[in-house]
Amino acid sequence: MNRGNQTWLMGALLFLCCSYANLASADTQLNLTKGVTAVSREVYDLHMLSLYICIAIGVIVFSAMFWSMIFHRKSKGAKAADFHESTKVEILWTATPIIILIAMAVPATSTLINMENNDNSDVTIQITGSQWKWHYKYFDEDIEYYSVLSTPRKEFENQNGSFDGNGAAKGKNYLLEVDKPLVIPANKKVRFLITSDDVIHSWWVPAFAVKQDANPGFINEAWTNVDVPGTYRGQCAELCGKDHGFMPIVVDVKTPEDYDLWLKEQHVLTAQAADAEKASLGLSMSKDELMKLGEITYVAHCSACHQPTGLGLPPTFPALKGSVVATQGAIAEHLSLVLNGKGMMPPFGKQLSLKEIAAVVTYERNAWGNDTGDLVQSSDVKAASEE
Amino acid sequence: MTINTINESLDDAATDDHHDHKMTGIKRWLYTTNHKDIGTLYLWFAFIMLLTGGALAMVIRAELFQPGLQIVEPDFFNQLTTVHGLIMVFGAIMPAFTGFANWMLPMMIGAPDMALPRMNNWSFWILPFAFAILLSSFFMESGAPNFGWTFYAPLSTTYSNGSTAFFVFAVHIMGISSIMGAINIVVTIMNLRAPGMTYMKMPLFVWTFFITAYLLIAVMPVLGGVVTMLLTDTYFGTSFFDAAGGGDPVMFQHIFWFFGHPEVYIMILPAFGIVSTIIPAFARKKLFGYSSMVYATASIALLSFIVWAHHMFTTGMPLFGELFFMYCTMLIAVPTGVKVFNWVATMWRGSMTFETPMLFSIAFVILFTIGGFSGLMLALTPVDFQYHDTYFVVAHFHYVLVTGSLFSIYAGAYFWLPKWTGHMYSETLARWHFWCSLISVNLLFFPMHFLGLAGMPRRIPDYALQFADFNKWVSIGGFAFGLSQLMFLAVVIKCIKGGKKAPAKPWDGAEGLEWTVESPAPYHTFSTPPKVD
Repeated sequence: MNRGNQTWLMGALLFLCCSYANLASADTQLNLTKGVTAVSREVYDLHMLSLYICIAIGVIVFSAMFWSMIFHRKSKGAKAADFHESTKVEILWTATPIIILIAMAVPATSTLINMENNDNSDVTIQITGSQWKWHYKYFDEDIEYYSVLSTPRKEFENQNGSFDGNGAAKGKNYLLEVDKPLVIPANKKVRFLITSDDVIHSWWVPAFAVKQDANPGFINEAWTNVDVPGTYRGQCAELCGKDHGFMPIVVDVKTPEDYDLWLKEQHVLTAQAADAEKASLGLSMSKDELMKLGEITYVAHCSACHQPTGLGLPPTFPALKGSVVATQGAIAEHLSLVLNGKGMMPPFGKQLSLKEIAAVVTYERNAWGNDTGDLVQSSDVKAASEE
Repeated sequence: MTINTINESLDDAATDDHHDHKMTGIKRWLYTTNHKDIGTLYLWFAFIMLLTGGALAMVIRAELFQPGLQIVEPDFFNQLTTVHGLIMVFGAIMPAFTGFANWMLPMMIGAPDMALPRMNNWSFWILPFAFAILLSSFFMESGAPNFGWTFYAPLSTTYSNGSTAFFVFAVHIMGISSIMGAINIVVTIMNLRAPGMTYMKMPLFVWTFFITAYLLIAVMPVLGGVVTMLLTDTYFGTSFFDAAGGGDPVMFQHIFWFFGHPEVYIMILPAFGIVSTIIPAFARKKLFGYSSMVYATASIALLSFIVWAHHMFTTGMPLFGELFFMYCTMLIAVPTGVKVFNWVATMWRGSMTFETPMLFSIAFVILFTIGGFSGLMLALTPVDFQYHDTYFVVAHFHYVLVTGSLFSIYAGAYFWLPKWTGHMYSETLARWHFWCSLISVNLLFFPMHFLGLAGMPRRIPDYALQFADFNKWVSIGGFAFGLSQLMFLAVVIKCIKGGKKAPAKPWDGAEGLEWTVESPAPYHTFSTPPKVD
């Protein structure tokens, strides 16, 4: 290496250091989170232990290399030695790593055994992934709901006129916010039973050090016990199709007292929703009302695939504009498709209210110039769902 | 040298009729059974694929330059990541190594050609068709495969788009090509070594390709099997990976990674061979611990068969399974460490010079070791729960595959270019290529460690705002690294066209039979085997 190259190397190193220093000044996170559970802190310690060991080995090995590169170069008149074998040294650098590895394996094993102990839980929640939302079901509580990304589409489609990466037009929790977070109590062992309705997803909250795949047709277990009430955010961690990047997880950890209050509130809301469903059966909504609610429902639940324009993304996601189902086909067939799903189309019967389904089907049959004039009421949906 | 001159003249006498038997124009390349021609074809093909896969990566980095969806739709983004991975693994790295095998193995063991020359032609020429099929799916209505290069079921079966069959047949053809290439390597090494060249006298380069070829023969049929199961699940109603029909989606991952883990060693063992050839040459000192290098390579190959499920710690394995695969994976650090220590010991008290092949080799040792460190951290199951499927993993395997495999390929290319072309390459331009690559590749991949630790999942087209700063730097590094590779193209073209005439042995510390023939290497070499003692 000549002098020019050395200058080059120094310049490069300086450049890298400066750019990292510059980054570190922002509130950018550089390291793994410590998290808010005993397990997540153990995991963090293990991470730091292995990192320090790697750095130590790196410093030794790379120092030897650089020493050799600086002092054992031909241009400095170095003459090559002729050793090329030493059983002693070979044994030394086979045995030493084995001892270091054992030192890492021991704490890793105990943490892992702890993580995999799912016994004696206080609360059990079933988590079901589907394209591209999470469903939470509380055992013994009769509470269940879907949790969907709540960041408005216009924010990630950059429709607010802003195009700069600092997210002037983007909310603080851009892509990490949902309509209804999972709620769990603090200081209780919460067990998760994780599965999927379609492809493989993975439920991950870094602050809990919980990442568990949701496999269709199988149930996986995981658990957490959070010390600090608060809101924690995560994301789906297994590629699950088009909107894999758009199915976040938000967990609201409440004190046990607040959690009990929340449970009561949910029971009331569930009862109210059931009443509203019953009431909507007798209701005859006007076309305007249906179209308005239909558009809201469509944008929230259908437009990711069928697109706000109704043009879809053929051939995977068919267009609804001018489609046979939404224009010529029977209303009953259209309803059955929305209620029960088919192939890649998920069933919405459990996710949406009768009113919403009535509205969205009306919307799809009249928007974008489909203009069938058909109106669908909650009672029609009820009848279709009982078939 | 004197023996060699005699060999050459014997060559000329014995093979006079051969020498003019080279077709001209395109026919020479289509019909060729010459190992050097086929090696050249493989290397050019790999470079074209590297640029293709790199172009896809640059679109990915452009999309990830800032938060929000700017350039591509999420579905197309998934197509880009999928095809980028497939092209780099099966189109760039693997064929490049096969190119080295073709060019160098016969010359290193003193053989006149590969043992099965006609099959050799066939194994190259089916490759362009495989990639034409794969890439053509970009222009189909359904688009290219969008389920990641690991094609996990059922995303790749029930939920796939219409181009899965094209993907499956493309992979079949790549697999057939690899198996034929591997058989050829094994047969050549076993049968055509020069008299006196016992196994433990073979250059380490030959050893690593020998072991890699066995790995290929062992696992490519597994890949063929798993894509076929995928095909029948998608189109013929079987339920290998569908729980509703009695199958299991996780079984897909077991079969895939039983291929996939040895596959990653298929992409790194030859790199070990190349670097182990170059470092002694420029340290002017024999490779330290030759036999321990051979045993370390063999142990890595054997261990590669019992660590596959470390890619699957979050799938819900039993505790015993997690412990078993964690311990076995950690064990790999031992032979890998031996290799790194041996390279350092080879450099130690040598008489070093730093021509471009050496620069790339040293960068390889340092940066591959960094990739090895993150690999060791990933082996620890409890922490892997945090790292898994984040950019930490992306950083890890790019350190191993780009600054590992790809850098070794560049090192090898610069090392043997004089032998291939008969000219010395431009050292100045080559150093520019090295330093630009070195700086940009670290700007590209090092911050990915931080992104992963901070919690950014891989394979997402858009991200939360706290990841914005690093992604911008990563993208800038990506563009710079991509463009730097064009310098390599310039060096190679310049070198082919002309330059200082290369002597038979342009590197004074180099050893091996390939340096006993003139530069450029004659079309036929070692028609009479040399004697090795």
